[in-house]
Amino acid sequence: MIHKIYIPGDAAAVSLGADRVAAAVVQEAVKRGIQIELVRNGSRGLFWLEPLVEVAVTKGRMAYGPVQAKDVAGLFDADFLNGGNHSLALGLIEELPYLKAQQRLTFARVGITDPVSLDDYLAHEGYRGLKNALAMSGADIVKQVTDSGLRGRGGAAFPTGIKWNTVLNTPSEQKYIICNADEGDSGTYSDRMVMEGDPFVLIEGMTIAGIAVGATQGYIYLRVEYPHAHKALNAAISKAYEAGYLGDNILGSGKKFDLEVRLGAGAYICGEETSLMESLEGKRGLVRFKPPLPAISGLFGKPTIVNNVISLASVPIILDKGGNYYRDYGMGRSRGTLPLQLAGNIKHPGLVEIAFGMTLRELLYDFGGGSASGHPIKAVQVGGPLGAFLPESQFDTPLDYEAFAAIWAVLGHGGVIAFDDTVDMAEMARYSMEFCKIESCGKCTPCRIGSTRGVEVISDIIEGRDLAKNVPLLRDLCNTLLNGSLCALGGMTPYPVLSALNHFPQDFGIAGQADAA
Amino acid sequence: MNNAKNPFDCSNFLARETNMTESGASHAEVQDIIAKLKDLPGALLPILHGIQDKLGYIPAATIPDIAKALNLSRAEVHGVISFYHYFRETPPGKTTVHICRAESCQAMGGKQLEAHVKNRLGIDYHETTADGAFSLEPVYCLGLCAASPSMQIGEQLYGRVSADLFDCVIKPEEASA
Repeated sequence: MIHKIYIPGDAAAVSLGADRVAAAVVQEAVKRGIQIELVRNGSRGLFWLEPLVEVAVTKGRMAYGPVQAKDVAGLFDADFLNGGNHSLALGLIEELPYLKAQQRLTFARVGITDPVSLDDYLAHEGYRGLKNALAMSGADIVKQVTDSGLRGRGGAAFPTGIKWNTVLNTPSEQKYIICNADEGDSGTYSDRMVMEGDPFVLIEGMTIAGIAVGATQGYIYLRVEYPHAHKALNAAISKAYEAGYLGDNILGSGKKFDLEVRLGAGAYICGEETSLMESLEGKRGLVRFKPPLPAISGLFGKPTIVNNVISLASVPIILDKGGNYYRDYGMGRSRGTLPLQLAGNIKHPGLVEIAFGMTLRELLYDFGGGSASGHPIKAVQVGGPLGAFLPESQFDTPLDYEAFAAIWAVLGHGGVIAFDDTVDMAEMARYSMEFCKIESCGKCTPCRIGSTRGVEVISDIIEGRDLAKNVPLLRDLCNTLLNGSLCALGGMTPYPVLSALNHFPQDFGIAGQADAA
Repeated sequence: MNNAKNPFDCSNFLARETNMTESGASHAEVQDIIAKLKDLPGALLPILHGIQDKLGYIPAATIPDIAKALNLSRAEVHGVISFYHYFRETPPGKTTVHICRAESCQAMGGKQLEAHVKNRLGIDYHETTADGAFSLEPVYCLGLCAASPSMQIGEQLYGRVSADLFDCVIKPEEASA
């Protein structure tokens, strides 16, 4: 009998030693003369348990973790290949509450399949959406996406179907599909997990988008910091070409779609769609004025869909099961599921894909288990480096685009970073400004100059210089950035800065002064 | 935070590949990269990546060739190189250390790690040690936020990094420098 063992090849699992564990397992099996089949799957997203080793047994997949190379001999001694008991044994993976309580639609296969095996993808409902799409008109495909209520998961939450419809109805001899895989938002890693753990789902989503709007060329603009994703995508793309899922005649339909991965070069701003297109054209990543919309005049001046990885990876299940199936999850105008990413000072960091509507508190405590340090959670930054900091009093806000907008916060790309009570929020505010300064493309003045002045003013405040003048000055500066910037980098840096100032004035030395007065 | 009670176990973190940049690649190799990629739509970034992958940086001497092949001015090529943080115009140290400075890592002691690394290597960000062994660069998120704080040494990623772990993995590099 050949034993099947799963050890994630996911970059985060590898950063915690998964490659060394895999090598030790192979070595030990050879030494003991045991036949094994090793699969480097994606991560299940339970990162405090990584490296997480799974073994296929008759009743399911038994999990062991976190495993280090030095534990491997002991696992063999404990007969883990047949689900034997060991101090690292976690039971059946599917029964772990963290996983069982989720609704994995976009992440349905991540951690389960061999990411670069087309056969495995097909055996787990892969390419069913594309097959349906090939039998439909472009307008019908777009209608399914519109009906699903899917909104851009990159952060802006613009209705995906409306964007697709604009490209569909803009005549052109050449159109493009761009996947924005420049996942630069700190605290986020869901794009990375999909690209490493289930690259075919992204390829399928982009192919469907191409067929829907009549685009024959796709680009995945991937950040250079993701070499593991680069490898997985290229391997999957070449298999898709070999099997006729990409190329001049997709599955004999006569339809054409080509796909290529292009690497970014460490510029955060290139996650902004117009800057991304400039970069793809081989230029400095300067933000463009809008209009014209990319959907009308985008890459090389042609109609272009620019969607985030998660948006595109959600398309196959929508085309497979119908727009209504997806829309039935969620609340209000936030339909479907959102893959949330728990990070920072949290006991159980990981990926939680669940329908919109759960509260932030449930996410932090029921899933996250509270802080890693055991201290109280003082603040949570939701939605990346341009997202607001939320104090404990706002933890009961439901995870929903509109509910977050109502408290002057954003869900963004679903990143959630927890900070315990040792954090100094004035320092965090200064860091946000500094980040804007480092990453500004320089095209508009409020962002280019304002961020530099912002760092100086916050430094003055931190050092206690003339607060009566400098605090209103900071607010005024934020107002200029908010209203006068060309894109979201300058336009949203005030979110973390002002939310820190408003919710944690004592960290800026203000409440103390008020008390004294 | 890690192993508060037990002494740090280095053995888990040794054995890894180093990031050797190939030296001595010839003018012909650069020409070859340019010739192979210049007809792609938006070819400049792929060419710059190709050269940096090969040489570890983009020598100023290559700029006229790139400009000519793409029908751009040298200033335009230089402007693109200088816009992107990843591209460098000077040779890196033998090993590049990237420390994540982003919020999630800060929430887990990233700043202390950063101070330790700077102190241990004796350099600040964007600098290279005098012996050419190490370059130190900040990175704004490696996407390993669930294993914070994180770093990259050469090609290898490390999560839940402590000062002890850094010292363990840097030792063999120091010895070979």
